[in-house]
Order: sequence, then structure tokens, then C-alpha cells
Amino acid sequence: MQLIELKNVYKRYPNGVTALCDVNLNISKGEFVFVIGASGSGKSTLIKLLYRQERPTKGEVYVGGVNVAKLRNGKVYKLRRKLGIVFQDYKLLPKKTVFENVAFALEVYGLKKEEIRKKTLKAIEQVGLKDKTRSYPDELSGGEQQRVSIARAIVNNPKVLICDEPTGNLDPKTSMEIMKVIEAINEDLGTTIIMATHDEKIVNKMKKRVVIIENGMIAKDVMKGKYKNEGI
Amino acid sequence: MKAFRILSNNISESFKGVFRNFSLSLASISCITITLILVGFSLILSYNVNNFTTKIEKDLTIVTFLKRGVSEEEIEEVKSKITELSNVKSIEFNSKNQVKEEIQDESEVFKSILSQYTDETNPLKDTFLIKVEDINSIGDTADVIKEIENVDLVKYGEGSVEELIKIFDIVKKITYVVVIALILVTAFLISNTIKITIQSRRREIEIRRLVGASNAFIKQPFFFEGIILGFIGAVIPILACCFGYQYLYDKLGGHLFTAIIPLVNPTNIIYIVMLVLIAVGVLVGAFGSYRAVRKYLKI
Repeated sequence: MQLIELKNVYKRYPNGVTALCDVNLNISKGEFVFVIGASGSGKSTLIKLLYRQERPTKGEVYVGGVNVAKLRNGKVYKLRRKLGIVFQDYKLLPKKTVFENVAFALEVYGLKKEEIRKKTLKAIEQVGLKDKTRSYPDELSGGEQQRVSIARAIVNNPKVLICDEPTGNLDPKTSMEIMKVIEAINEDLGTTIIMATHDEKIVNKMKKRVVIIENGMIAKDVMKGKYKNEGI
Repeated sequence: MKAFRILSNNISESFKGVFRNFSLSLASISCITITLILVGFSLILSYNVNNFTTKIEKDLTIVTFLKRGVSEEEIEEVKSKITELSNVKSIEFNSKNQVKEEIQDESEVFKSILSQYTDETNPLKDTFLIKVEDINSIGDTADVIKEIENVDLVKYGEGSVEELIKIFDIVKKITYVVVIALILVTAFLISNTIKITIQSRRREIEIRRLVGASNAFIKQPFFFEGIILGFIGAVIPILACCFGYQYLYDKLGGHLFTAIIPLVNPTNIIYIVMLVLIAVGVLVGAFGSYRAVRKYLKI
């Protein structure tokens, strides 16, 4: 079975907008997949279905063998513990230090303090922020904040790292640095990466699998894809 | 062990939450403080009203006048018959000569008029002063006494007593209603304030959800924060009510304006008031937070 599997997925919002229409998608373990598309194409909806921010109107969404569509609200945390999620706006807790922000994802498991410390420092080191552990988010640059959120996403060794336009607020140079961090996670830890973006430079340079969404449907799904060649 | 670690972690988390969001905490605390002061004052007031009305009711007496010229055996017989009645709490004999002296003490005019009579020619009547257990059936008891042999007249302020009891009943009910209504208003106000303060922390709740925290885990620190806020908020009202009332009691010498209106001794009620205030603060704080968080657990 595939790690992520979407079968005939439809999503229609209460206001009548159809965001996704008969989407079928398989992603296997260890893959690095870009999901690209114009604003309003449905790529954000697709990403949100994966971590059960939204439920599909019809169809099935399997993540690590769990049918996300049927997951009750009270049980969503079980799915999210298998995932790491990185957002465009970082979503860090402003009143917590870098260390506390990352450790927070582990505290929910009730691990021993020492274990939390070890794993947290390891994740912070992985993203290259070792000397900022005691800083608060507002003392960091955008790129650094995004690194913190990546560290938080990978600290519990998730099978899948979901990135929703992680470089959307960053300049090109910082974006490339972030991409290097994410690629290293894919290669070092074998974590499956799904990343929504519209940064064509990144997509062109990385030469990974590209899924193009247009009007709520998968227009193309190519390995080692390039942005421009697909005519968007 | 795991659950215990999560719990202790969440308790320390809630202390951090109180102090790192201090301006929000202060809003909740001051709201709790003000409303609890009102609750405390109304509680003390209702205690005093109750104390006063109960005292007045206890003082109500049935005066039984015996027929003129009854012998001592007959007096004893009447007394034992009255004592047998179930509603009678105490009975006291007042001979006509005692009554005469009492009246003479009251005014110069009566003194000179009554001094014309000797003990033998005393026109007054022997009386029994009777207090009852249940003030509401004082009328029925008086009727029964009236039927006893050698009893001439029975007086208990009929008409006005019934009115008084009715009014006291209403006053007591009003004080209960006011206290309960105030506690409810407090609960509503506090939980609303907490709701607003939590609204500004919905991002925090959202992030907790996204990193895989279970709903129970998310609610816990807010629950403890509510307890802490409620507890801190109850401190000033407790000091104000307990010390304030003690001060007032000492200053006024134990009664309000006249000796007819006694105040309740502070040592009898301050502990109860203290307990009620802490309980209301803590419970409302805890459940207010708990309920407010629930709203944001849908992300």
C-alpha cells in the first residue's frame, strides 16, 4: 500500500466552490513531491486534506493507512503525530523560545525531560539553529523562524513532512537555504516530503516529481518535472 | 507515569501561561475580584437579615390570661396541659402581682393608679408566656390553648404577627435569590471574560492541535490556569469581606444602630464566606476556561 493515497476525491466548500474534482494520487515512502498550481487551483485544499484540516466531500484519503476522511475530530491528533507540517506563516508560539517551540511537539507524548531535550537539540541542529535555542521567534529572521518550524515538524520523526508554501514569505536566497534543509531531511531521514509552492526557481532547480493542479484536477504528474515546460 | 509527567508538565505550563499573558490574566482576575466582592457582601448581608428575622421570630410570644380567682392547683393543671402541646417550646408563669410591678415600672401614671390596689384586689390576671417551636403555626397553637379550662384570653398579636412572618419569609427568599443570582452573574461574567482572553490565544490552541496534541492535553493547562486565576481573584474579596466585616462589627459594637438589630458574630460566618468565595472563583475559573477552549478545538 502507498503511504499516501487519494481515491476519487471531491471537495466542495459550503459556499458552493468546488475546489477538487475527482483527484487520484499515490505517493510512496521517501518521495519528494511538489504540488504546484495557480492561486485558487485547489492545491491548498489538497494539502489541507492530508492533515485533516478539511474533509473530502466524496472519496477517500489514506495517509499511512488511516482513512483521514472518516477520522473523528477528537482523534485527529493521532494522524497529526505521524505528520510534520510546515506553514507559510511558520505558526510559532510567540511567547515560547526556539527550544520550547520545538520541544512542544514532544511534550504531548509525555516523554522524559532528558529525552525531550536530546531529541529537540538534535532537530534544532538538523536545521542549523544550534546557537539560537534561547531566542524568541520575534528575535529571529523569517528564514530562521521557518527553520524553527521545520525543526518542530521533524522532531517526532514523522513519516511525512507536509509543507504548505514554506518559502512564500522568504527572499530567493533564504528560500534556497530552506530548500536545502528540507532536501537534507528527505535524504538523511528518508522522510516523505509533499510541498505546495509556486516558486518556479525552486521547482526547476530541484528536479523532483511535480504534480500540477489546474481547476481542481490533476493536470500533469511528471517525474523530474520543470515549472516552465509544463506551461503554467 | 506518562500521564503524571503530562499532568505535571501541564500544571507548570499553566503557571507560565498566567504570567506570560499577564495583561490578559489581569483582566480576568480583576473581573473575578469585583464580582466576588459583590457576592461576598451580599452573602454577609443575607446572613444578617436571616439572623435578625430569626431573632424576631424567636421573640414572638403567646400570652395566655387565666380566669380571675383560679387556685394554685388549677394553675398547675393549665400549665401541664399547655406543656403537653407539641409546638410549645417554653412556658413561663407570670403572676398578676409580677405583672402589676412590671406595669408600675413602666410609667408614673400606672404606678399611682395601680398602687390603689392591694395584692388581693389586683384587677390584673395571672398569665403564661409561651414560646413556640414552629412560628408558622402559632395561630393554631393559640386556638388550642384557648379551649383549655380556666383560660380566659389568648393574645399573640394575631393579624400583625401573620403579616410579619409573611414579610420575613419574603425578605429571606429575596436574599437567597439575590445571592444565587449574583453567583450566576459572576459565573457568566467570569466565563465570558475568560472566553475573550482565550480568543486572543486561539492561535496557540490551533498550533497545539497541529502538532498532534489531543484535546484533553490542550484543555488541561487552560483548566489549571482557570483555577489559578479564580484563586488569585478570590484573595482580595476574601480579605475585604472578612477583615472589613470584622472591622465593622467591632466598630459598631456588634449591632446596627440599635441593640434590636444585632450583627452576626464574624467568627461564625467568615470561614463559610471564605469557602464560598474560593469555591465560586476556582470552579467558575476552571469551567469557564474549559468551556471556552472547547470552542477552538475544531481546527
